[in-house]
Amino acid sequence: MVRIRVTVNGTAHEHDVEPRLLLVHYLRDVLGLTGTHIGCDTSSCGCCTVLLDDHAVKSCTILAVQADGGRITTIEGLAQDGRLHPLQEGFWEKHGLQCGFCTPGIIMTACELLRVNPDPTEEEIRHWLEGNLCRCTGYQHIVEAVRYAAERMRSQPAAGQAPRAAGGAA
Amino acid sequence: MIGASLKRREDPRLLTGRGLFTDDVKLPGLCYAAVVRSPYPHARIVAVDLEPARRHPGVVAAFAGADLAGRVRPLPIVRRAPGQVAEPPAVLPLAVDRVRYQGEPVAVVMATSREAASDAAELVGVEYDPLPAVTSVEAAAAEGAPRLHDAFPGNVAFVTRLEGGDAERAFREADVVVSQRMVDHRLVACAMEPRACVVQYDPFTGKLTAWFTTQRPHHTRWFLSRLFGLPEHRVRVIAPDVGGGFGSKGPLYPDEAAVAFCAIATGRPVKWAAERREDFASTVQGRDQVAHLEVAARRDGTITAVRGTITANMGAYLYANTAAILPGRTAPMLPNAYAIAHVSLELRGIFTNTTPTGPYRGAGRPEACYYMERLVDLVARELGLDPVEVRRRNFVPPDRFPYETATGLVYDSGDYRAGLDKAVELLGYEEARRRQREARQEGRYLGIGVASYVELGGVVGSRQAAREGSAALWESAVVRVLPTGAVTVFVGTCGHGQGHETTFAQIAADLLGVPVEDVAVVYGDTEVAPMGFGTFGTRSTPVGGSALALACRKVVEKGKRIAARLLEAAVEDVEFERGRFFVRGSPQRARTIQEVAQAAILRFALPGEEPGLEAQAVFDPPNYTFGSGTHACLVEVDPETGEVTILRYVAVDDCGRLVNPLIVDGQIHGGVVQGIAQALYEYLAYDDNGQLLTSSLNEYAVPRAHQVPVFETAFIETPSPVNPLGVKGVGEAGAIVAPPAVVNAVVDALAPLGIRHLDMPLTPARVWQAVRQARAARGGGA
Repeated sequence: MVRIRVTVNGTAHEHDVEPRLLLVHYLRDVLGLTGTHIGCDTSSCGCCTVLLDDHAVKSCTILAVQADGGRITTIEGLAQDGRLHPLQEGFWEKHGLQCGFCTPGIIMTACELLRVNPDPTEEEIRHWLEGNLCRCTGYQHIVEAVRYAAERMRSQPAAGQAPRAAGGAA
Repeated sequence: MIGASLKRREDPRLLTGRGLFTDDVKLPGLCYAAVVRSPYPHARIVAVDLEPARRHPGVVAAFAGADLAGRVRPLPIVRRAPGQVAEPPAVLPLAVDRVRYQGEPVAVVMATSREAASDAAELVGVEYDPLPAVTSVEAAAAEGAPRLHDAFPGNVAFVTRLEGGDAERAFREADVVVSQRMVDHRLVACAMEPRACVVQYDPFTGKLTAWFTTQRPHHTRWFLSRLFGLPEHRVRVIAPDVGGGFGSKGPLYPDEAAVAFCAIATGRPVKWAAERREDFASTVQGRDQVAHLEVAARRDGTITAVRGTITANMGAYLYANTAAILPGRTAPMLPNAYAIAHVSLELRGIFTNTTPTGPYRGAGRPEACYYMERLVDLVARELGLDPVEVRRRNFVPPDRFPYETATGLVYDSGDYRAGLDKAVELLGYEEARRRQREARQEGRYLGIGVASYVELGGVVGSRQAAREGSAALWESAVVRVLPTGAVTVFVGTCGHGQGHETTFAQIAADLLGVPVEDVAVVYGDTEVAPMGFGTFGTRSTPVGGSALALACRKVVEKGKRIAARLLEAAVEDVEFERGRFFVRGSPQRARTIQEVAQAAILRFALPGEEPGLEAQAVFDPPNYTFGSGTHACLVEVDPETGEVTILRYVAVDDCGRLVNPLIVDGQIHGGVVQGIAQALYEYLAYDDNGQLLTSSLNEYAVPRAHQVPVFETAFIETPSPVNPLGVKGVGEAGAIVAPPAVVNAVVDALAPLGIRHLDMPLTPARVWQAVRQARAARGGGA
């Protein structure tokens, strides 16, 4: 067993884990954060995407021990004080989800996009989402949702802040 | 509220990670199951050694097929295909003597952790004696082919004919006959959520509670009851949030039954979640038909007859819904939107050593549409006519409805010409043809593809059920008005992404005149949902929504009677409009529905009337619904790489009345992408030995955001006379019509090379190969 310390959605956690424990299983089974989903076994689908130190990563392809010392944001950490993140609002406004299974992974991937490119074109959004599969929407409403969020975040910069790191143990 | 593009009520929880999918379910003492599967497509099981697994730390139990004998019945197969040769082969939860497809469950291991179950499953020793395997229908039907099931010689599961009119005469009298072999190849549904279940059995209460990724919870409950001999009223099945299904989450699967057995045998709760690789190999796969068809036509392009053979690959077993697909959907829908008076078809289902096939978005209708739309384009080419004009000439005219097809269906309503006209107008057809001519002069290949469809939906009323070998699939709904006037609606359908919590609330809000926020929609839990048959076959709104509408009407009728007493008026003088009961001519004498509910429940003192304000209604549709439409696209084909780019895609659809246009749009987009995927990207491949080659998302090309175009949608509305709402449903339309729209466009682009037909998927390799061969045949010119 290996001891890891991670901050997830602003809360510090400390656990002993098996070296082979995937980050996605750590989040879902140990921390009970089941908003991050598992859709495949070949790192192909992106349902498991979370932010690790501000980078979108596939948590099925990272061991929990590799995330030691990291700052993780999952879908549960986006809404602040009961207010939806602009991406969540955008997906709601534009019908960017149907079954919702791929949605957390797509939103977290889009989070990084809007951080590095606050005004992405349609083509840039589609290419950025290369690592995420959706079987329900056909992607068009997803693209519109991301553009909606981008515009909201450009006009109201405070709306899109990631959770600030909080002190204290879980 | 009907017709409003409301934001979905489902979304806040799904957007914040608070959805409850089956793998999210947690129970005290939960164990985990892993399934051991056959690596061979066809083999005798010589021996199964569970001991090494049972000894592994953390293992609670391990079972093989022999352990279930006498304790679990085979999965019930309710449907009987017309022309079925014998009783369907038993589908056992765990194979006993023989395995017939790669991935068939052979054993199940239950342990206190996922890792222990997975590790222990690898320790199960199974000795196989491999047998020769067949994967294609041609190989399976050939002389001397290995027989999968003793009662089915030649591996023929069913053989039947569909005849209408006098095809032989029509072909004798034809000016031209066009024939083509076409393949509608095998796909997987690949819902983003793999299959999963959690089963909990309490031996002291005798109660079984299960969470399933299912589209049909009542059906699942009934099956579990029959499999295990459990009293049905002590079985509870819950479909929580389900991450897509597309038809593939309809059956109760052998592996799920084996997992349920673990829970029952041990008295401990158990969870199983398929890995994607397992899901590929064991979830019903879609399509897989080969058609040899020809059409008879007159010189002016009128098609008079279609005949030929269609052969469907059933896979290794018949599952609950498989048998209906070819004889109940493809064959009757083959005439598509056209007034073709003569039909003669032979239909065969063939067993092969592949995963059982089953419904996948469209379920038999995409195949019919693909065949006919390709044939129409071939007729147009043969006669030198515009394919758009050929369609116009053959459409069932708008004044001929209800229209009885040569195949015995009665189309309810439609205006096919209006749909086509709108589609070509939106595409800018003449302009597109002009661009195509210019491009050809530059050596570039642009193509225009048009495809029309009629979609059979609203499955299936009792009158039609018998013809497809099915039980009747009606729906029921309960509408319960609470003392404050809030409303809870319970339905027997089972949405898994279609937005029913929103759209059904819109229907009830409209009919009851209450704010939509005051309506809650409940489904998916057999404990509270009234009897129903789930969500598939474009049925939820036409059948479920209609049951809901009827229940709302009953509530309003009762409300009138109560209001009459409260208003001291005759019930015939009471009207209801937008949530208010009032006396005709004296609108100030009124009670709101909220006031009536409160009186009905809390202050009831009306002799001759029961307290309460709720009603249940059942809707057994008198017919299917028939949505329709035309899709059109403009593509460019790069002859040097074979790549196909869709430059524009226009969708015009008639789904009758729209409840929520934004949600309808989403259904069209999603279906079209799956259709484009079939046309260009996806291909489920087995080698000749039965080995599944495309067994993960690394090999099977589900399209990504940058691989699909933007869609331009428009709607026309011909309400359906078949149900009180006039709705037709729309869930499968895109998947039905997009493949021929795209294939027609690519073939149109390559027409100058003499290319007449190409089988899907039109991957760059295939297209490039076809271009090379065509050029070589023409002596190397462009």
